[in-house]
Amino acid sequence: MIEIVSASRCVTCDVCIAVCPTNVFELGPGGIPVIARQGDCQTCFMCEAHCPADALFVAPFTHPAPADSPLRDEAHLAASGLLGSYRREIGWGRGRKPGARLAVGPELGRARITSAALP
Amino acid sequence: MPSHDLVPLDLTADVVVVGGGPAGTWAALTAAESGADVLLLDKGYCGTSGPTASGGTGVWYTRPDPAEREKAMAGREALGGFLQDRRWMARVLDQTYENMNRLEAEARYPFPIVDGEPYKRGVQGPEYMRRMRSWIKRAGVRILDHSPATELLVDGSGTVAGVRGHRRQHGTDYRVRARAVVLATGGCAFLSKALGCDVSTGDGALFAAEAGAEMSGMEFSNAYGIAPAFTSVTKTAYYGFATFFHSDGTPLDGAGSQGGRSVIARELLRTGIVLCQIDQATPEQQEQMRLGQPNFFLPFNRLGIDPFTDRFPVTLLLEGTVRGTGGIRITGDDCATTVPGLYAAGDAATRELICGAFTGGGSHNSAWAMSSGTFAGRGAAAFATSLGASAVRRKLIGVGGAGIRPDEGGRAVGRDDALDVIRRQVHPYDKNYLRNGSRLRPALAHLDAVWEGFRGGAIAHGGELPGLRQAAAMVAHARWMYTSALARTESRGMARREEYPDLDPNQHHRIAVGGLDRIWTRPEAVTGREPAAA
Repeated sequence: MIEIVSASRCVTCDVCIAVCPTNVFELGPGGIPVIARQGDCQTCFMCEAHCPADALFVAPFTHPAPADSPLRDEAHLAASGLLGSYRREIGWGRGRKPGARLAVGPELGRARITSAALP
Repeated sequence: MPSHDLVPLDLTADVVVVGGGPAGTWAALTAAESGADVLLLDKGYCGTSGPTASGGTGVWYTRPDPAEREKAMAGREALGGFLQDRRWMARVLDQTYENMNRLEAEARYPFPIVDGEPYKRGVQGPEYMRRMRSWIKRAGVRILDHSPATELLVDGSGTVAGVRGHRRQHGTDYRVRARAVVLATGGCAFLSKALGCDVSTGDGALFAAEAGAEMSGMEFSNAYGIAPAFTSVTKTAYYGFATFFHSDGTPLDGAGSQGGRSVIARELLRTGIVLCQIDQATPEQQEQMRLGQPNFFLPFNRLGIDPFTDRFPVTLLLEGTVRGTGGIRITGDDCATTVPGLYAAGDAATRELICGAFTGGGSHNSAWAMSSGTFAGRGAAAFATSLGASAVRRKLIGVGGAGIRPDEGGRAVGRDDALDVIRRQVHPYDKNYLRNGSRLRPALAHLDAVWEGFRGGAIAHGGELPGLRQAAAMVAHARWMYTSALARTESRGMARREEYPDLDPNQHHRIAVGGLDRIWTRPEAVTGREPAAA
């Protein structure tokens, strides 16, 4: 679920309010969007992908992250490179090569079936 | 607050498209190119809504080479229980080829280059849908985001003539007078939090049924995707490289992403824990997975898990008719329904015509979305043109029932009650996935009871109405699913029954289903097959 709107990074463009398919954000004080309906977040990461300032962070859980989770600590997320990482991986943002150019997955053969006889 | 009911936004369009995923955007594009004035309504945001936008998807794409084509059609016929229509498969392959080429030439989609050729057997969701949005705007389509439809409007003869809904970021209702409507609202995943699927609540199927349309293939509605536990990222295909384990670390015999998913479901029911390690991918395949589907790695990277060397818990999330094949029954090559003026496309429509009794994520579904969207957009535009000038003066009648126009004398049931019944009767693996009549029948009785309560008194206005209607749509959807599942007393494709484990040659038919307060089913002959095929 969406956990962080970084007030220091936000450029008040309101893109997240527009693009969130489940309408999680509301305009907040000073133009910084607030997470108004976290329970409606479907953890699709689309707001993060569209944020031009890498100001948003979506923890991968389908429930709110615990209060002491490092995934709610902006300084940790920035230092570890996780903030903005999805956008970087799909190659969105000025000067980046679209990830779609490289998106060739492995050939998918017959799925492996686990056997009890494995070591 | 602005007044909801007194000053609705009143619009007109030749063609209204409900839903802004791949099917809806292709429908809108095609209708606009046919000369129609097109309005697209998305309950969320066209460009991010739905499972395609947030994921990545393979595409059932072949070059128009007879051998390649035959291979593509024959590939999943047995899996699909021989319910496919070969003529439809061929025209979807043709249309998909054309659309993917247009996506490159006109939308400038940056396909990868493999062996000197653009590789068109897949698309990355965010990029694809961002470009579809720009493309349809360029084509003159008007888009209303955050504008869930709440019901269809018909004229005095029952022909669909518009849509009503709510603009949730403006706090106003809207009404659109239209000459034709395309429903591209997606399938139904019952708010399971499967990736990008919470907007897929089966709304269009409810609207269509209220206008008199039928469903088909609703027994093929028990898709469950594998995701790391407590996360949303269902990308089942990559688990083909995985080994599964009991919580004590011993291998879970027979488990697999395909042909062994029920073993995972049973173990989750029994102990609540299945561990997984994607230990069968070579370093080269691992790298391809990272490039092919960056979103697959989001949970792992963020939780500090190396899926190739670590064991992590997994779960199964309900994907319902998003990755099942059931939906609104199609009656013509133009994706018409049994209701004049109403067209259906993408996951909202039945995909039995090309998938039969089985599908999974992407591939056929994405090919179907873009092809059926194209057919429906063209069909709706032609229908709009065929109506005379007096069409704009038709009296509009709302046909929405549950949540809008309650019956007399019932017991009121709210959204929360309905969602609770969905969680208890539709999500559980031992009811919807590992199906047995002895468990389906009581589950259906619970759903029938909540429906009756809904019809009896549930009512909402303005901003509360879309949520209530979504709940009604999910309950209706589940009742069609279970009624069809009970009508198929065999195992075919993904519709398996514990007490009828074998395929019954006498049930080589499709099952049409419909009705709201009283549900009926009817066998439908399979079309488009050579006599000897099954």
